[in-house]
Amino acid sequence: MREPKRHVELLQGTLDLLILRTLLLGPAHGHAVAKAIQCNSDDVLRVEEGSLYPALHRLIKRGWISVGHGTSENNRRAKFYALTAKGRRQLVVETSKWDTLAAAIARILRPA
Amino acid sequence: MTPRQRLLDDLDEDIRDHITRETEDNIARGMSPEDARSAALRAFGNVLRVKEDTRAVWISVWLEQLGQDVRLALRLLRKTPGFTIAAVMTLALAIGANALVFAIFNVFVVHPLDLPQAQSLYTLERGKDKSTSQSYPDYLDLRDRNRSFDGLAAFSVTAVGLDAAGQPARAWADVVSGNYFDVLEIRPFLGRFFHASDERGPNSSPYIVLSYAYWHTRFDDDRGVVGRTVQVNKHPFTVVGVAPPGFNGTLMFFHPDCFLPIVNEAQVDGENNLNARSNHWITWVVGHLKPDVTSSQAVADLNAIGADLEKRFPKDDGQMTFTLARPALGLSKISQAVQAFLGGLMLLAALILVAACANLGSLFAARAAFRSREMAMRLALGAGRMRVLRQLLTESVVIALIGGAIGLWGSVELLRWLSTWRPFPAVPVQVPLKADANVYLMALLLSVGSGVLFGAVPVKHVLRADPYEILKRGPRGTGERRLTFRDLLLVVQIAICALLVTSSLVAVRGLMRSLHGDFGFEPQHAVLVETDLHMAGYRGEAVAAMQKRMIDAIAALPGVAAVGLADAPPLSGPTGASAVFTEQTTDLRPANAVAEVVTFKVTPEYLRAAGTALLSGRTFSWHDDSNAPRVAVVNREFARKVFGSAADAIGRWYKASDGARTQVVGMTEDGKYGTLTENPQPAMFLPIAQSPSAQTYLVVRSDREPGQLASALRSTLSELDRGLPSSIQTWSDAMGAARFAARMATIALGVLGVMAAMLAITGIFGTAAYSLSQRRRDLGIRMALGAQRQDVLQAALSRPLTLLAFGSGAGLLLGLLATRVLAVIVYQATPRDPLVMAGVVLAMCALGVLATWIPAQRALAIDPTSLMRDA
Repeated sequence: MREPKRHVELLQGTLDLLILRTLLLGPAHGHAVAKAIQCNSDDVLRVEEGSLYPALHRLIKRGWISVGHGTSENNRRAKFYALTAKGRRQLVVETSKWDTLAAAIARILRPA
Repeated sequence: MTPRQRLLDDLDEDIRDHITRETEDNIARGMSPEDARSAALRAFGNVLRVKEDTRAVWISVWLEQLGQDVRLALRLLRKTPGFTIAAVMTLALAIGANALVFAIFNVFVVHPLDLPQAQSLYTLERGKDKSTSQSYPDYLDLRDRNRSFDGLAAFSVTAVGLDAAGQPARAWADVVSGNYFDVLEIRPFLGRFFHASDERGPNSSPYIVLSYAYWHTRFDDDRGVVGRTVQVNKHPFTVVGVAPPGFNGTLMFFHPDCFLPIVNEAQVDGENNLNARSNHWITWVVGHLKPDVTSSQAVADLNAIGADLEKRFPKDDGQMTFTLARPALGLSKISQAVQAFLGGLMLLAALILVAACANLGSLFAARAAFRSREMAMRLALGAGRMRVLRQLLTESVVIALIGGAIGLWGSVELLRWLSTWRPFPAVPVQVPLKADANVYLMALLLSVGSGVLFGAVPVKHVLRADPYEILKRGPRGTGERRLTFRDLLLVVQIAICALLVTSSLVAVRGLMRSLHGDFGFEPQHAVLVETDLHMAGYRGEAVAAMQKRMIDAIAALPGVAAVGLADAPPLSGPTGASAVFTEQTTDLRPANAVAEVVTFKVTPEYLRAAGTALLSGRTFSWHDDSNAPRVAVVNREFARKVFGSAADAIGRWYKASDGARTQVVGMTEDGKYGTLTENPQPAMFLPIAQSPSAQTYLVVRSDREPGQLASALRSTLSELDRGLPSSIQTWSDAMGAARFAARMATIALGVLGVMAAMLAITGIFGTAAYSLSQRRRDLGIRMALGAQRQDVLQAALSRPLTLLAFGSGAGLLLGLLATRVLAVIVYQATPRDPLVMAGVVLAMCALGVLATWIPAQRALAIDPTSLMRDA
């Protein structure tokens, strides 16, 4: 059940980046994206389902991800989200933006 | 279905799927199925809210992208200020013109009068000529016997001397029947109105109602004015009330200062016509149709009454058939003319806008062609075609919106100026124009529409473009097709421009001629003094005595060559006409008249003072008075029409409308009496001593400086009577009203002509720029192969210049035809005038040079080497 001790709120705007990064590994359906983010952050980050679907739609509208249909592991019809070429370029941009931001914040919080 | 809709429709399924998977995960972690499902639901949270948020994302991202597009569009437009300014100004003019014309149409045709139940309000028109006038007895019969109207009210317009506190001033009155306010369902702002119950015979209702505006300016909003006594033409009248602010009578442009009862006509007009069935002096009869009566039923009802009246009063009544018309402009003839004119203007304005869009379309296409490399690059880098198109459309719509906003602002300012403008200072004529929501909406729609329209021109290009081809080889012309639709449109535009230039030049020349034309009198070196002795309280014998005193006093002034007096000078407004019969006619009904003759009541010196040439016979003397036989001086047209020839008119007799035998003693030249453009009309001059009139215009011929003379005249008149209202101006200025229509036509044509010229310039420029952009490589190669400057210029510009020549020729021909129409408004309008011809040709040449200057420079500046390298 809930393990409140380790959860951290996602920073505003970082969800898009995390989704793009997750989809770089390959197409996935919505639930899998949320689980992957949770797993890959060692359970620190938890995606609010309430913000997952708006975020996916935002990325679709911007043309960064596309939607495909396929069958999942247990032979069920499922909708897959996949990174587009534009999304791939955007991921590079967003990642470098994030690096810059993170480094800057680190410098402020722990001055040498 | 758009992808957006499909995705949103699938959202439910996605969410269900998500929750199922979460439930499965929870079961895998060892929960019971029920717990697992409820935990999954709890974790997901509010499903409805998620759906709403997802929906909102689409709109916010769309807005964000729109914002980006607009910012990019603005940045690109800033980079090419020449193009942007040209495009914005073109659209501002075109959309502004449309908004202006539409606003005027809206006021004139859609909501002409702001009155309660205006949709059922009609005015009566009578006979073939659709005259609105009736006699008072006829009006009473119509009012009392019809079964179709909720009351019929009558009114007529007149000027009175209104004296509230010592100094009489001229005021304009609607002289109205007692039931007027009740029929129109108007409630007083202050006090009360007079009613039908106040009418108990001639002069029984000495009450006056002030208009709100007059009360506001002359009585300073003094509420105590009700009950006060004022002098109307020196007769005491009691102020009973003030009309509400929005009520200005039932004529759209004429705003009366006050309302007076029609039964007091004798005091107001100086003559009693309440019993004269043959005198159609009541100008308008209006009323609300009963709800269950159709207009054709009402017409049948009125015609039955009319037929009966015709039978009972054959001498007085003719043409008693009726039609119904909307009030507003006074006459349905005028309303129809105005409607047709405004319809024509709307069409022209719409055409101008379409032409503007076509021009901008080709400019835009030229620009898009220049930018085709950029576009190709963007397409190659994966930008969707839709996104590129959206960008292009955003650009054009942004231009159109900016242009539309400027145009709308300009037209609203112009409307404001027009509605405060009073074209005739002496008469309270106002044009209450304002833009309402309809106009704003129209301007917005036009802006967006035209933006999409001209932005769509290059779309075909973008959709068809193969980015790799363009990147590899550069933009390539589609080849010179023989004649495109765009070319045709340009020719039409140039033709319209040439037509407008021709007609405005014709109008200007006509207007100039009308300053020094042959009017049958000489307005130069003459001053006109207008007074009304009736307003100043003169009655009966006193009128003639005072007129003689005025003439003698003015004649004694130094530098005055001649003084004449007339009841109304020519070209000062509607002319008084009366029927004339041959000597043998005994049955003097209007149908038997030999002519309707413009009539002037004048003193002996008038013809000399007015500069009207006497061709034969004699003028009057002071001995031609009421004791002497009736005499008249007639014009040549009168002689031709009444006696068959001008040669032997002198000494012959005719019968006036009252049956009096009158001898012609002199004949003058023909002249212009009602309008500058009328055909020769029969006219007669009668000695004022034989047909008295209290309306007094003095024509003073003098070489003295008009301002100086005017002050001398003013002091002379006030020595004679301090309370005499008068206005003094040169005769040329007084003729301003007669030139008004011509002046308006000239201004309108001039403005439209300038607009059309600007459009033609952008059109030619656009075509030249476009064909140049298509043929840069071709021209570059020619230059590299040694083509001379003139070869290049010829190749680049021959097409637009050919179109210009064709269009100008067609426009000039149309102009020759159009001036026939113009001749109705403008004095001696003729295009067969070398100055006009030369002017048109010169203007069109100048236009061509102006429009092709930049493309020519660009063509010459093509650098073959850089073009080759780019390729």
